[in-house]
Amino acid sequence: MHDSRAIPGPASTTTTQVATADHEVHNPALLHHFADAQQQKNAASLGMWLFLVTEIMFFGGMFCAYLIYRLAHFNAFAAGSQQLDIKMGAINTAVLIVSSVTVVLAVKAAEVGKRKLLTGYLVVTVLLGMTFLVVKGFEYKEKFEKHHVPGPSFNFTDKFDDNGKQIPVNSKEAELFFSLYFAMTGMHALHMIIGCGLFGTLAVLAWKGHYAPSYFTPIENAGLYWHLVDIIWIYLFPLLYLISRHS
Amino acid sequence: MATKAASPVIPVNQTPKLNYLNNGHGLKSWLLTTDHKRIALLYLVSVSIFFFIGGIFAMLIRLELLTPEGDLLSADNYNKAFTQHGMIMVFFFLIPVVPAVLGNFLVPLMIGAKDLAFPRINLLSWYLYITAGILFLHCMLNGGVDTGWTFYSPFSTEYTNTNIVEAGIAVFIAGFSSIFTGLNFIVTVHRMRAPGMTWDRLPLFIWANYATSLIMILGTPVIAITIVLVAVERLFHLGIFDPRLGGDPLLFQHLFWFYSHPAVYIMILPSMGVISELIACFARKRIFGYKFVAISSMAIAVFGFLVWAHHMFVAGISLYAAMIFSFLSFSVGVPSAVKVFNWTATLYKASITYATPMLYAFGFIGLFTIGGLTGLMLATIGIDVHVTDTYFVVAHFHYVMVGGVLMGYLGGLHFWWPKITGRMYPEGWAKLSALFVFVGFNLTFFPQFILGYLGMPRRYWQYPPEFQVLNVLSTAGASILAVGYLLPMIYLLWSLRYGPIADANPWNAAGLEWKTSSPPPTFNFDETPVVTWEAYNYDEIPEKELEAPVAR
Amino acid sequence: MAEHEDTTHVEHEHTTHSQIFYIAIGVALLILTATTAAVAFVNLGPLNPVVALLIATIKAALVVIFFMHVKGASEKLTSAVVVSGFFFLAILLTLSLADYLTRSWR
Repeated sequence: MHDSRAIPGPASTTTTQVATADHEVHNPALLHHFADAQQQKNAASLGMWLFLVTEIMFFGGMFCAYLIYRLAHFNAFAAGSQQLDIKMGAINTAVLIVSSVTVVLAVKAAEVGKRKLLTGYLVVTVLLGMTFLVVKGFEYKEKFEKHHVPGPSFNFTDKFDDNGKQIPVNSKEAELFFSLYFAMTGMHALHMIIGCGLFGTLAVLAWKGHYAPSYFTPIENAGLYWHLVDIIWIYLFPLLYLISRHS
Repeated sequence: MATKAASPVIPVNQTPKLNYLNNGHGLKSWLLTTDHKRIALLYLVSVSIFFFIGGIFAMLIRLELLTPEGDLLSADNYNKAFTQHGMIMVFFFLIPVVPAVLGNFLVPLMIGAKDLAFPRINLLSWYLYITAGILFLHCMLNGGVDTGWTFYSPFSTEYTNTNIVEAGIAVFIAGFSSIFTGLNFIVTVHRMRAPGMTWDRLPLFIWANYATSLIMILGTPVIAITIVLVAVERLFHLGIFDPRLGGDPLLFQHLFWFYSHPAVYIMILPSMGVISELIACFARKRIFGYKFVAISSMAIAVFGFLVWAHHMFVAGISLYAAMIFSFLSFSVGVPSAVKVFNWTATLYKASITYATPMLYAFGFIGLFTIGGLTGLMLATIGIDVHVTDTYFVVAHFHYVMVGGVLMGYLGGLHFWWPKITGRMYPEGWAKLSALFVFVGFNLTFFPQFILGYLGMPRRYWQYPPEFQVLNVLSTAGASILAVGYLLPMIYLLWSLRYGPIADANPWNAAGLEWKTSSPPPTFNFDETPVVTWEAYNYDEIPEKELEAPVAR
Repeated sequence: MAEHEDTTHVEHEHTTHSQIFYIAIGVALLILTATTAAVAFVNLGPLNPVVALLIATIKAALVVIFFMHVKGASEKLTSAVVVSGFFFLAILLTLSLADYLTRSWR
């Protein structure tokens, strides 16, 4: 890209003369097929963003299902949503937001080459991610106890509103809501597990000094992934937990 | 064409230059390679194997349909046969074939890069493909799947006893392989172009693969999640598509076709790119309306996402939506027609060489036009209601997917064979096989248009006796087609050892890939090329070399 | 054109914000989370989901712009990639709805 060497002859000639490739002293992290570190970094960044687009479309399929079913079965969705634990949902949202802050601080620490600080932020991020998963686990446990897990033992009866009035809810449609709930949060949790593994690995590598201000692309790209998983939760929280809470 | 003294190409009888093929030997040097050219060859071998397996199922189907009775296969086995045929051909052959083989080999060469942007991800994508393939073959040997390649719910989620989950995982993994290929191509085209290789100098093959990659990135994740939802419905009773819970099986079709219709363009667009290269080379002209052809690739990629529900006209979608999708489906005809007309205009008053790749290009234009126009017929609701799920549809998409994709692939494979292997293929045999393919193809699938129009439904293993004549014709054509496909497998292998040595640019073609040696060195170019010319500058290429005979 | 896109943005120092700034954004996100949870208990009629999604989108935008650094030193291409992702998701949603909202037998 930044090559300004002599232009080979007219179009029809070939460039097969054996050239002694002038290899400068390379950054050890620079792969052979890139011209320079900037090109490599730009390529990695674009690649990561494209991967995030695939994630958007991946979750998009479920958001599409959610939108259509919510419009079709609003009452059941509202009743199902009100059975979710809003406190746990809100706490988890906060946990993820704080973890996003630690991620962005980790990137900043990497940029200025503070190895211990970087490792610290990465470890804290992993711990926050695990906190999220533990809270999620308690929520799932509650669902099992209340028979709100779709399947033969699903049971959704006797739902009352705040005034003690029974809400007429089609329990089959509520099962559909919980199917979506488990599909969406389950897929999100899977991404969290992958993220925790990723950041754990990065923390080890960071501690060993793999990253320097000249090269910390993996930290940046893993950060982008973490933020996207955070954004998905930012949408999941109101869509799943906050349907018609006022009624 | 004999190597000229003035030519800088390495003389034939000198010890061969170090190239990507002889640079490293042994299984390990292939299985752990990150060289895009070697990965392309890995794909070439594996894709050919799957084509062969899929072809066996095709022959089983055609043999069963030779007689009106269901005598060769049982009804269940027939269901499985066409399902395996469809799944293997779509997910393991048509989708990867041109991008992963020719695209992998050519994208870095054509833009003057040393490799794709992410060579290790490229290798990973091949391993994912192989993992998916082995998983699918395992599923196949354990009874296979009988849903048709479309996995339609609720049959797939509720009723079938075949191993949907394993086949689904295979398709899911194959999807990731395809995503990684697309991601690699987009980043490579954006970041790795040689100096001077501006967007308006990119070969049309690159534009086509770029557009394809967009679809791979944007569409594939949707089918991935759809298959996951089918799997969790089977495994964990999460009834997303279960009508008993108020779920909608049609939603499955919406999500499925959101990917699977654009997937048709994943298959056909790279072949269109190949055809642009072939026509420019053998007509010795710049492609007429270069910019329009480039933009039409992008337009097809985008419009392709707006038309999916034309697969569902009779499935119970609203009439209003059906009309919207019908209208939008016609819009894809515009960029497709732009391509066909521009290719034709390129041929006008050109001095055309009838080499084998060009024969395939001619075949492509004709067959794709028939496939595309019948596609417009199917986009018309009034006709579609009558011929949905008949052989008319089968004939239509085979004209696009086989007549289009395979013609482009075979044309491209012959065209770049000297670049890939350093050897020429035998021209006479190649022309013969091109003839077999063209005749066999039309004999196989044209009768199916008539059969469909007469009302023969697809996916039945028995049929009324009055349809037999046309079915016999179709089976006879399939046999000729099979010979046409087997011949290249044989003579291309033969040419690896006995084919005439090819020099760097046997076709005297434009394009960066011809400016390095054949086969190229591991890092493609000894020196990073600097591009100072427009794409397809055939008017600047010396005239005298034109006389070079193609067959040597 | 191509060369500009690839080379003119030398973006080594693209993380232009201070630690305090990031923490402030984080606090803003937390406040918005509390807001959206609180507003959900207020009856706004049909506006409830609108407000919820609006707040979620503001939060997502804060994360994308400031944490993922789409704004500022990064290139237009990144923004184009992000926008195209949401654009094609919108196609999926709207064209599916074109069917579901017009089914006369619902």
